[in-house]
Amino acid sequence: MHVHDLETTFQDKIDNEIRIEPKDWMPEKYRQTLIRQISQHAHSEIVGMLPEGNWISRAPSLRRKAILLAKVQDEAGHGLYLYSAAETLGISREEMYDQLHTGKAKYSSIFNYPTLTWADVGAIGWLVDGAAIMNQVPLCRTSYGPYARAMVRVCKEESFHQRQGFEALLHLSRGTEDQKKMCQDAIDRWWWPSVMMFGPSDDESPNTALSMKWRIKRFTNDELRQKFVDVCAEQVKILGMTLPDPDLKWNEEKGHYDFGKINWEEFWNVVSGNGPCNKQRLDTRKKAWENGAWVREAATAHAEKRKAKEAVQAA
Amino acid sequence: MNTNFIKKFLYGDYGEIKAGGPSSAKKTEWPLWEIFIRSKQGLDHKHVGSLHAADAQMAIENARDVYTRRMEGVSIWVVESKNIHASNPDEAEALYDPANDKVYRHPTFYDLPDELKHM
Repeated sequence: MHVHDLETTFQDKIDNEIRIEPKDWMPEKYRQTLIRQISQHAHSEIVGMLPEGNWISRAPSLRRKAILLAKVQDEAGHGLYLYSAAETLGISREEMYDQLHTGKAKYSSIFNYPTLTWADVGAIGWLVDGAAIMNQVPLCRTSYGPYARAMVRVCKEESFHQRQGFEALLHLSRGTEDQKKMCQDAIDRWWWPSVMMFGPSDDESPNTALSMKWRIKRFTNDELRQKFVDVCAEQVKILGMTLPDPDLKWNEEKGHYDFGKINWEEFWNVVSGNGPCNKQRLDTRKKAWENGAWVREAATAHAEKRKAKEAVQAA
Repeated sequence: MNTNFIKKFLYGDYGEIKAGGPSSAKKTEWPLWEIFIRSKQGLDHKHVGSLHAADAQMAIENARDVYTRRMEGVSIWVVESKNIHASNPDEAEALYDPANDKVYRHPTFYDLPDELKHM
């Protein structure tokens, strides 16, 4: 078959909602787009453990500590589901790690912001995981089978992450004056970075059209962002707090909230490595990988030794 | 019979496309394992994904942590990915074609009187 025919067959499958599986023919650009998107997503889950991990040893109660531990462990799991999905596209795990450690691959910029107080853990759960869910739910129907299946598993677990965050903020919002202040401060700092999590606006996002055609994405960045703002603008009322946007206003005509201008300069700055914690996060990851080298080697040696022993016994 | 049908493809999901998959991994990388989970007694083990581990025992322990954090399983199978052989999707048409024209394998093929009960 000619490449042209293969592409037609491929697009027909996509248009008919038939999932693409690893060994099916696919355009090279589709493969590369997916490798980039899935591995970035995996890296985000892994680096995402760091800001919250910072608070495990200082959680205010045993209950909160157990919850946070379980949540951070889930993030590790999500990273692993996604790495394993990306590997079906022909990239090795070590290659992906290498891309992360050398800065060639990106991860979500949100994790380059610091977690200054306990309330940040709540704000991350509510806003950051909330934004992630907005993004991830449509990905459960993405056109690439292994990615969609991994996302179904991720989404099932993500809901608890958001709820525990909102609950933590709710407690603070009903607490002392200091606790209320801490709650508002965390919301103020995490709001705009969360809004930016949806990526550049549609007219600045050149890959969107192709990703929509291939049904990797089903909604544009701006559509998802609007949905997120609409939901949060209502939820924040339950906390009795405010979102740090003077332009946030219900627009009766559109049936959506209007919101203020996004500081894209800050966004691109953090993406290109100049966020408050970029260096710290990458250094931590690299150190963990390097410090684990002897464990990986020892496990390999142990497995080989045991195999040799079994071979002798069998003979 | 076209011998292509029994051509062996290593690595279930990883195929030979672009020489990708685990074969390109460096020697230091732990092998890849495919994980199958029985969600409850009475059901089949079902493929859930893969992970890296030095040996089978570690693969099972890691699978416990990665794939059953919420009691999703009562039994785990692990198979090193390189031991899974798969059919080629490009040959699907030829491979499954012989089943297409045998409608008489389905009960609805048979025209029987309405008064016939319990059949």
